[in-house]
Amino acid sequence: MSPAVEISNVRKSFGALEVLKGVSLNVGRGELVAIIGRSGSGKSTLLRCINGLERIDFGTIRVGSHTVGRDAAGLRRLRQDVGIVFQSYNLFPHLTVEQNIVLAPNVVKRLSRSESSGIAREVLAQVGLSDKASAYPDQLSGGQQQRVAIARSLAMKPQVMLFDEVTSALDPELTGEVLRVMENLAKTGITMILVTHEMGFARTVADTVVFMHQGKIWESGAAADMFGAPRTAELRQFIGSALK
Amino acid sequence: MIRTFSFGDFVFLLEAARWTLGLTLIAALGGGLIGLGFALMRISRWRALRAVASLYIQVIQGTPLLILLFLFYFGLDIMGLRLPAIVSAALGLVLYASSFLAEIWRGCLESIPRAQWEAAEALALTSWQRMRHVILPQAVRIAIPPTVGFLVQIVKNTSLTAIIGFVELSRAGQLVNNATFQPFAVFLTVAAIYFAICFPLSEASQRLERKLNVAGR
Repeated sequence: MSPAVEISNVRKSFGALEVLKGVSLNVGRGELVAIIGRSGSGKSTLLRCINGLERIDFGTIRVGSHTVGRDAAGLRRLRQDVGIVFQSYNLFPHLTVEQNIVLAPNVVKRLSRSESSGIAREVLAQVGLSDKASAYPDQLSGGQQQRVAIARSLAMKPQVMLFDEVTSALDPELTGEVLRVMENLAKTGITMILVTHEMGFARTVADTVVFMHQGKIWESGAAADMFGAPRTAELRQFIGSALK
Repeated sequence: MIRTFSFGDFVFLLEAARWTLGLTLIAALGGGLIGLGFALMRISRWRALRAVASLYIQVIQGTPLLILLFLFYFGLDIMGLRLPAIVSAALGLVLYASSFLAEIWRGCLESIPRAQWEAAEALALTSWQRMRHVILPQAVRIAIPPTVGFLVQIVKNTSLTAIIGFVELSRAGQLVNNATFQPFAVFLTVAAIYFAICFPLSEASQRLERKLNVAGR
């Protein structure tokens, strides 16, 4: 079976600064990959390249049958299959929770109202917020807002979900509720790629852990090996400082 | 022969006020439509569109409304294009309003965080759908107070059209005063009529703002 996401030799610069220096990574269907590393190591940029929010300068990225390119129509088709959740939630503040969720199904997939509100009920149940459909984002806690953001992405029925440091803006107790939602999501067999500082989560839930350093994949492997027996000094040092 | 300020004069003022209202309406609708176009051009990803809009806005904003009116009335006349006063007045006001509304609205559009665009983009919305469903509804709420403030300015600025022979409220007041020589009574009445036009505007603005804040966020 072909991989869900296939990244080959990707390079990306911001001006004179090269942030991705030839990154290759295959992610299998249903796999959960956690990307770890210091700030500035290029992990968020790599994630954002997968759904075309950042343009790559060199190399190729394939997601299922899509090749990430530059034309707007192709990117829109890709994005219907690739959901992303951001650190700062980015819910639409003028819309209720349900309106946030049904917007894309309605205008992009042109589903009927009854279909899309059915989907909204389904995904809200999945993130445990069925009672919040008519609330506005600013009436919710950070953890709840992030769960709505996850539900909003799920409503498009993506094959791959990207999570960009989704718990970094949250208190520890709120982090837990978001991580539980993600853990349950992982069990549904969807492909997930996450950039995270939650080492505990990466260790226990991820199938594969990827350590990025200086714009490259420095080391990757099964979670247990990566944390139990890091091969490079950089990873050892990173784990040491991250777990402190 | 000097007569006293009568009810007939008051009716005359009210009739002239219809022109003030009408010109304001034209300036608001025409200027709004064109202004929205230029606001969108100003935030376009194409440099040429941004440059054209920028130039238009700077030239028109830098020209006094009075001069715009002169240009469209007397200026074009000399060039052989004789426009009726109403058309010249409408053109001048529409251009004037569009250049200011464009900048006001550009500011409102740009005040919506980048992340909102990005979130909508990641959900596979087209750029028009992003604008229509995510950015505009949020920008409109921010735009209400400065837009209404500017419209109130327009109401008063329509008085400048008197210079090209338009008998709107201010000019009518002048005419009545010439006949009655009761400036205090006449111009107080004129001021009261302006207030009667502007006050409901400001009121409606505040009401609209409250409504959008509660229901639309």
